[in-house]
Amino acid sequence: MDRQNRNRLVGLIFFLVLFPVLVMNVGAIGHYLDVMIFVGIYSLINMGLSLLMGYAGQISLGHAAFFGLGAYTSGILCTKLSLSPWLAMFAGVAITALIAYIVGVPSLKLKGHYLAMATLGFGVIVYIFFNEEVALTGGPSGFSDIPGLTIMGLNLNNDLYYYILVWSLVLLTLIFSLNVINSRIGRALRSLHDSEVAAAAMGVETSRFKVIIFVLSAAYASIAGSLYTHYVGFLSPSSFDLFLSIKLVMMVVVGGMHNIWGALLGTWLLTFLGNEWLHVFHDFDILVYGAILLAIVMFLPEGLIDLTPRMRRLWKGR
Amino acid sequence: MSSENFNTFLRVEDLRKSFGGVRALKGLSFTVNSGMIKAIIGPNGAGKTTLFNVITGVFPPNTGSIAFEGVSIDGRKSGEIARLGVSRTFQNVEIFSRMTVLENVMVGRHIQSRAGIISTGFRLLRMRREERQIQESAMEFLQFVGLEHRAGELAGNLPLGEQKLLEIARALATEPKILLLDEPAGGLNTRETEGLAVLIHRILDKGITVVLVEHDMNLVMDISDEIVVMNFGEKIAEGKPKQVKNDPLVIKAYLGEEVDYSNL
Repeated sequence: MDRQNRNRLVGLIFFLVLFPVLVMNVGAIGHYLDVMIFVGIYSLINMGLSLLMGYAGQISLGHAAFFGLGAYTSGILCTKLSLSPWLAMFAGVAITALIAYIVGVPSLKLKGHYLAMATLGFGVIVYIFFNEEVALTGGPSGFSDIPGLTIMGLNLNNDLYYYILVWSLVLLTLIFSLNVINSRIGRALRSLHDSEVAAAAMGVETSRFKVIIFVLSAAYASIAGSLYTHYVGFLSPSSFDLFLSIKLVMMVVVGGMHNIWGALLGTWLLTFLGNEWLHVFHDFDILVYGAILLAIVMFLPEGLIDLTPRMRRLWKGR
Repeated sequence: MSSENFNTFLRVEDLRKSFGGVRALKGLSFTVNSGMIKAIIGPNGAGKTTLFNVITGVFPPNTGSIAFEGVSIDGRKSGEIARLGVSRTFQNVEIFSRMTVLENVMVGRHIQSRAGIISTGFRLLRMRREERQIQESAMEFLQFVGLEHRAGELAGNLPLGEQKLLEIARALATEPKILLLDEPAGGLNTRETEGLAVLIHRILDKGITVVLVEHDMNLVMDISDEIVVMNFGEKIAEGKPKQVKNDPLVIKAYLGEEVDYSNL
């Protein structure tokens, strides 16, 4: 790992340790810990999306479906079959990865808008499945009483413990992803993004690598789904609709999709905006979202992560 | 056993390729022997780049066959063909512009390395050793073309001449047996073109056969062992530079027909 990544990692860990200390004892923002747990959960999905979109150059408007598949697998296996939550999480990853593989092989042959439509269609199908398979999923009203997570007898039903669990997984996934990015696999992905024909001429199996990264990103989303299920204890299809897929892509783009750190930054900002800071706008929050996205695309096409390098370039007059 | 010449390295036979109504290749045949420099020339639109694209599997031919070292490669995927030892550069430079110069060449080492997603994600010892080897050999290929001082720069920031050299380094990094160069001198100045001629001879000295598509006639006549002349998807002449230069069909293709002005 190079120096910049290591510095950022140290900075992130520092922030994560300080955050609960600063926030927990302040009444008005005490619940920020809860928001940070959601930031962590969405960050897991968005790191995968960043690998897929920013590095490999493929789009997905169906990642809410993979998130939902993980969530529902965990929820169903834990309540209906009383399976251990950790085992259920693992099963969720296996099932989601398999489905991602089956969907990915044909749809990743498509490019651009067509791929966007294919993944969007897949997301809608899964959403309808959650709604209609009432016996399995509880239909539109969903189901509740999903047990929480425990580690060696320690119940994690406490925001601080859950915060530590989620963000530990985020950090592990981040390190894993950074390692992949800075390896022959990551170079293969970035090369096919820049020039697919040249990547193929270098012997990069372009379609295989697209599928690999699609499956990996689906697996990340599935883990996030399991964590979500056990945290909220309640599932309904509306948490996994098309709007979430779009919001996830938005977070990645706002943060800067060519950089996995951008995905984290965008997730953090838009989750806090959506869950907390935009409440003053009531139903008009979607307009504010749109305005933010527009502003970023127009003035900071490389995302928020590019803000300081850009300022520095402007300052130097380049 | 056929009387196949064992030196025949690449054999293209009756190759045809159409795009809609445009017949880009109309039954092209030629062979390339091991250890030679073969040039393919012809006016714009003659089908030279299409030929390279078909050989390297960018798209399959409609009919016809391509054999490399006696193995049929027509219709195979680019990646497979690269693994058999065929590498190339592109007419309209196809570097990975958002990657560094060194990383570009490291992509060229892709087929010479193996680490999968698990061993890279967890940085297993095996992978770290391989990564070091990839970096070292990529650096050697950069040195070979004289770009080692640019290793850390973004490839997109290099001037065209250096991007062309980078493409050659990247192609060499795959350790090909045959290298297809698509207009390597396009956009280069005289001095750079002279350097290119020297570089191509050094590539040949490494035991790599070279096929080049080129418009710079001085370069072609200077370094080629054999020349194929194409026009409208067909071969109109083939032979040593001297023979080709004086071929009336070739002169006609390049300069047009002689017109008798006395009647006007």
